[in-house]
Amino acid sequence: MQGNSIGFWILAALCIAAAVQVVANRNPVRSALALVGVMCCLSVFYFAQGAEFVGAVQVIVYAGAIMVLFLFVIMLLNLGAPNPMMDRVGLSKPVALLASAVLLGSLAFAGALKIAPGRAVKSPVSGTVQQIGYALFDPGRPWLFAFELTSVLLLVGVVGAVVLAQRRSD
Amino acid sequence: MVIPNFSIGPLHLLDVLPYVAIVTILGVILLLTPFLVWYERVALALIQDRLGPNRVGPRGLLQAFADGIKLFLKEDIRPSAIDATIYYAAPVLMMIPALAACAVLPVADLRIDMGGGRIEAIPFVVGNVNIGILYLLGLTSLQVYGIVLAGWASNNKYSLMGGLRSSAQTISYELSMTMAVLTGVLISGSTNMVEIVRSQAGTVADWNIAKFLPLGFIATVVYLIAMVAETNRAPFDLPEAESELVAGFHTEYSSMKFAMFFMCEYASMLVISGVATALWFGGWNSPHPALNFVPGFVWFILKVVAFVMVYVWVRATLPRLRYDALMALGWKRLLPIALAALVLTATWDAVRTPADKKSGWPVIEAPHDADKPVARASNAR
Amino acid sequence: MDPITATHYIGLSAILFAIGAVGVGIKRNPIVIFMCIELMLNAANLALVAMGKHLGSISGQMMAIFVMAVAAAEVAIGLGIIVSIFRSRETIDIDEVNLLKL
Repeated sequence: MQGNSIGFWILAALCIAAAVQVVANRNPVRSALALVGVMCCLSVFYFAQGAEFVGAVQVIVYAGAIMVLFLFVIMLLNLGAPNPMMDRVGLSKPVALLASAVLLGSLAFAGALKIAPGRAVKSPVSGTVQQIGYALFDPGRPWLFAFELTSVLLLVGVVGAVVLAQRRSD
Repeated sequence: MVIPNFSIGPLHLLDVLPYVAIVTILGVILLLTPFLVWYERVALALIQDRLGPNRVGPRGLLQAFADGIKLFLKEDIRPSAIDATIYYAAPVLMMIPALAACAVLPVADLRIDMGGGRIEAIPFVVGNVNIGILYLLGLTSLQVYGIVLAGWASNNKYSLMGGLRSSAQTISYELSMTMAVLTGVLISGSTNMVEIVRSQAGTVADWNIAKFLPLGFIATVVYLIAMVAETNRAPFDLPEAESELVAGFHTEYSSMKFAMFFMCEYASMLVISGVATALWFGGWNSPHPALNFVPGFVWFILKVVAFVMVYVWVRATLPRLRYDALMALGWKRLLPIALAALVLTATWDAVRTPADKKSGWPVIEAPHDADKPVARASNAR
Repeated sequence: MDPITATHYIGLSAILFAIGAVGVGIKRNPIVIFMCIELMLNAANLALVAMGKHLGSISGQMMAIFVMAVAAAEVAIGLGIIVSIFRSRETIDIDEVNLLKL
């Protein structure tokens, strides 16, 4: 357990540092890279909690596909150069910081309230591919319907992306 | 070949086996790379009817080492106006996934005498994990970062084009590859690499390529095409296309950094050939029980070498694809075929599985999940 | 050191979420804003998985998977919009892009 918790603190520090870099860095490519770092850290956290499938999908979908798409668009539009003009100036910075601080406080408060230590379950589930599959396609649970809805959503996404990306003929 | 389960002091064979596997597999892959370069050049020369390397060492065998020494001694040129951190990190970022993928590569099944005549099959693999295939897919999808970032950080328009092409190409072909791999997973009924290989024991007819005919075969062909594209080898080497992009993403790299890209290409060729072997061609299994006296790792190596030969053969025979032809092949041909193979395999498998009489669903034993009965109870109230 | 419980993960998730919210507030580059939204979604996923583990339920993981699927669709559309805005106006500064029509 000791090794586990040391690992957690190291990874958590890395994760937060990378997340700060996402916001603080003025270079979009570096922001994207920092975000890949955050995602890889989160994937390790998922594995540490027994959520194997989610951890693997996190890397495959987020780090491997979504972030590559981000990098692709940044390069395609040639926005890779750091640009200080791309930060807001004036009041919005302190306001955003203050609002986020309030948000953090309330989230932490709500989280602490919700987790009563006595409710922890002794035999935790693990998220192997098999278990996820059984839960996903069990007709007695809500996930099957959500799964079908998601497939429609993804189809809409595909069509929308094609329509948006095609060049107008005029 | 039965190995006794011995221990040296506090170290037991089974405990140190993963570490032995790490050292052996990484060592073999890194040591094999120079010979692979030699092998490729000799094979290319054979196909193109010329001599190939023949000056350094017997039959030019040491040519690759000479090249390596030359690269070490070359000046390490640092272009101006680069993004230095990312420029230097890119080759490393490319190398890590290529080598980390070896961790789930099942090389052989060792037969170990556990004492008392009980013989157990222990896989010779670094990590015998349940989600081996997903791990591999994740790592292959991370490999693109090396190329994209190298192209971007070099601050050179040819490199940038190479990086752009690479990201588009990898995303496109990864889909087909994933579909093909999932077909293999369905056929074997496991995402564990060792289980996948074990499910193919027997004759050639038991290999995944020959199961669910012709679906297994179709998925294998899709995988083989996509794997060539994923490793950016000819005819899919558009990211480096020397005739249009003057070497693309590694134009600005010199000396050892270039050598690292070079090594990466060969290491990932070996690894992905190993995956193809394990997934479709029976891994360490012999093609016929009569040939079982040959140890498993020999079969594995033979199959991998055969794949490398295919790589070289394809490179020597096919011209590089045009960019739009590459995209059309990936999206309009391979992906629909791979999807159809996956869906048909799933349907076939579902039809074969005995179904529960009442619900019509395949019989499954529900895994432990604490929230299910609770949720039902609260709904009833 | 204390063993790691769900509280730690929820706390980390709250911090990541707040950092993402700051980014959405202070950035003018829509791609970076988009990345910050992804960061917030990731933070929510972490909280879902941690809660699922805490309560011994697989539901948290299921929700995380759906969030990922939705995020993938969202990114495809969002980046498509950004590319087409860039094509028609040559800029993607969100303070400049304030007309629905060109």
